[in-house]
Amino acid sequence: MSTHDNGHEAGHDVVVHDGDALPARFENPGFEKHHPRMGDLDEHANKKSERIVVALFTISILGTLFFLIAYFVWPPGTTPVEMRRSNLALGLGLAFALLGIGTAAIHWAKALMNDHEKSEERHEQRSDDDTRAGAIEVLKDGAADSAIGRRGVLKGAMITALALFPLPIVLALIGNIGEDWNIGQLKHTMWKKGTRLTTDPVGRPVKASDVTIGSVWHIIPEGLDKEPHPLDEKAKAVVLLLRLDPRDIKREQGVGWSYDGILAFSKICTHVGCPVALYEQQTHHLLCPCHQSTFDVADGAKVIFGPAKRPLPQLPITVDDEGYLVAQSDFHQPVGPSFWERLK
Amino acid sequence: MSTTAAPTRTERLAAGTADYLDQRTGLGAAVKTFARKIFPDHWSFLLGEIALYSFITLIISGIFLTMFFVPSMTETVYHGPWASLNGVQMSEAFSSTLRLSFEVRGGLLMRQIHHWAALIFMASIVTHMFRIFFTGAFRKPRELNWLVGFTLLILGLLAGFSGYSLPDDVLSGNGLRIADGVALAVPIIGTYASYLLFGGQFPGQDLIPRLFTVHILVVPGLILALIGLHLFFVVLHKHTQYPGSGRSNKNVVGYPLFPIYVAKAGGYFFLVFGVIALMGATMSINPVWSYGPFDPSPVSAGAQPDWYMLFLEGALRLMPGQAEIVIGGFTLSLNIIVPAMIVPGVLFTALAIYPFLEAWVTGDKREHHLLDRPRNRPFRTGFGVSLLVAFLILVLAGSNDLIATHFHLSINDITWAFRVLIFVGPWFAFWVTKRICLGLQRKDRELVLHGHETGRIVRFASGEYIEVHKPLDAHERWIRVQHDAIRPLEIEPAEDSRGVRRKGYRIDRMRQRISTVFYEDRVEPVTPAELAAAHSHGEHDSLAAADAHAEVTAGVGAGVVSDGRDHLSADARDH
Repeated sequence: MSTHDNGHEAGHDVVVHDGDALPARFENPGFEKHHPRMGDLDEHANKKSERIVVALFTISILGTLFFLIAYFVWPPGTTPVEMRRSNLALGLGLAFALLGIGTAAIHWAKALMNDHEKSEERHEQRSDDDTRAGAIEVLKDGAADSAIGRRGVLKGAMITALALFPLPIVLALIGNIGEDWNIGQLKHTMWKKGTRLTTDPVGRPVKASDVTIGSVWHIIPEGLDKEPHPLDEKAKAVVLLLRLDPRDIKREQGVGWSYDGILAFSKICTHVGCPVALYEQQTHHLLCPCHQSTFDVADGAKVIFGPAKRPLPQLPITVDDEGYLVAQSDFHQPVGPSFWERLK
Repeated sequence: MSTTAAPTRTERLAAGTADYLDQRTGLGAAVKTFARKIFPDHWSFLLGEIALYSFITLIISGIFLTMFFVPSMTETVYHGPWASLNGVQMSEAFSSTLRLSFEVRGGLLMRQIHHWAALIFMASIVTHMFRIFFTGAFRKPRELNWLVGFTLLILGLLAGFSGYSLPDDVLSGNGLRIADGVALAVPIIGTYASYLLFGGQFPGQDLIPRLFTVHILVVPGLILALIGLHLFFVVLHKHTQYPGSGRSNKNVVGYPLFPIYVAKAGGYFFLVFGVIALMGATMSINPVWSYGPFDPSPVSAGAQPDWYMLFLEGALRLMPGQAEIVIGGFTLSLNIIVPAMIVPGVLFTALAIYPFLEAWVTGDKREHHLLDRPRNRPFRTGFGVSLLVAFLILVLAGSNDLIATHFHLSINDITWAFRVLIFVGPWFAFWVTKRICLGLQRKDRELVLHGHETGRIVRFASGEYIEVHKPLDAHERWIRVQHDAIRPLEIEPAEDSRGVRRKGYRIDRMRQRISTVFYEDRVEPVTPAELAAAHSHGEHDSLAAADAHAEVTAGVGAGVVSDGRDHLSADARDH
């Protein structure tokens, strides 16, 4: 690839012709000259490096001693200040114990040890042909010794036996690892007709009259703490209770599911299940802090932005004789993230 | 130093021990082979070492933690020195984490060391992997070791996620809830996958003990075994080296294991551990007591997973919800499947198979022990950068709420910007990187052909001005011309001499097309002939010639005078 413009000085052509005889590639020029370090030439510099290494090891020893002393002198105590002090003292002691050794060893290697580079031959990974032939020979001999060649049934029996033997372990594991495998549980919560809405976490029943316009309540069903697995139930049943000015409500998921502007929605995001917790009172928007799905509670908790598809399920509510808020029924659809059989 | 005549007591003891061991193990042969084994030196080779040493740090601190941590979801009520949580109901996992942090002396330090070491472990794996990638160290014979390293990356993610969830705090609990949501989205078997994971409904009673086994036995066991294999391959293949004077594909140039690397690598372990200890001492990490125990109801705004999970979080945030569809009554949550399974699947698969793809389109079956300078492989470097940019955009998308609150921007606008960027950014990054690589290669050619600019402007008797260039010495030149020029594949024609269609032509054709994408744009290294031509050309550039003339030294900043003949074409496609 020679694309020079026309030479305009005498003698050019000659050189270019010479160039044609040159090798196609440059030659490796071989090792560069070794540059001695200061310490290789100057005894004082060498001694100084040695003293630095000694000093660094000494720092390590002091660090270890400091840790041992700090362990007894500053226990974690009972206040955050004491805890922080204990952590800081122990940590600094350990850090200096380690950094001292590390820097000393590396400085030793760099300043005092022989720094002449050495070269070692590489060999191809591949075995040579004789070795390969030998390996094949050995395998053939082995196969012949095993007498497997002519015995098809034996081969089949062996492979079947080996393929089947893990089944007992796999079966026992799969059979038990999902406990009861009752996936129907995902479609129901412990809300049912008449269950009182109570505050999270204390479980105090809520009177409709206590819920002011614009407020938000975190709600759990009454009797949650008496369930055999309260957290499992809570993970499905948590509800957000809000009161809007009834004139602001554009749409609900069911007729008569709210009570005087009080709406109850599942708190579990329909995207991947985070609790939806940020409520913007002015716009009636609910925002999931995990992935920013945004729901409009005035419009049936419709998704207006983000990765969720479905509205938050609404819990039909009403009041009982004493004026406490109660559920009319369970949710009318499974709460939380979508799953394959959700609509079946 | 002692003389041979009178060995000291220590020497006699050492000789006796060596004899005892050698008679029983034949240790002598191994020592003779390996003690002075040569390893090349370069700062970028330390990245993998950081990964190894932070893993050892993880094991040391992790063993300490298992002595005090109780992997149980049994409910208990906390009574201890952390006043704000006194009387609060929580799992034993969480309460033992509190005890471990506040009552065990050095416990908090070990916890923080463990967590910082985990972050550094993942960071060093990723940077090490990209060092390998950009320098082409994955080429034959090291493709299998690339896969071992890739598996270690995945196991590292698993170790991180399983460990981070163990304290059973509300932050990691919501992370698990997201994991449950993702498991549920798997078509057909999703609900069963979720039940399998949690032993029934979320959160269940089984998860923490199961994660504990995964975290302290299964995953670290596999990591340890694979690290052994990884290092075995390094010894077997001998370490790669950067190109340079005296270095070739047939040798390895560096320092012997004993004593240089015993001291350097051994010292480096202490350095890595020491820096992590310093971080554990001075920087708070994952203060679960300020989050509180897990409860399915509360959630904190601005919550972030550890950095290596952030890209998944970002992908989940970007995907619009409309993608969820219902087919024949079954729900297919593409709004989760795409970001949580397909996106990472594509990113990771691309990374895992790249060495095989590159070898295939390059048609290269030779062993490679000399590393590439990234500029000399513009396609590969551009591809690597575009993967990193895609990862980075997803990481930033996973922090869109923090960006919104810190910079007072609309979260919806930011999300939309990232939705566009995830498609545009990687392409743009690829294009820019490739152009930079080609530019750097042209610069290399320019330097080899014309030498360094010296800033000396010389006037000839004829009145002509030139700038004197100082030619490169052989070592400077070698680094810029040592690489192979790789050209697109040439294939045999579709039909043989008798006009019969050749088998496998279509595959060859596809291979050639991909190869063209890889290598069509290229700058080839200077050949001796080109250099000779350039020298003859600008002969009066040389100092000897210049000194014969009256010399004018230009001040700094004076415009470079070009005689037009310095512009030998260094164009990409001038073959």
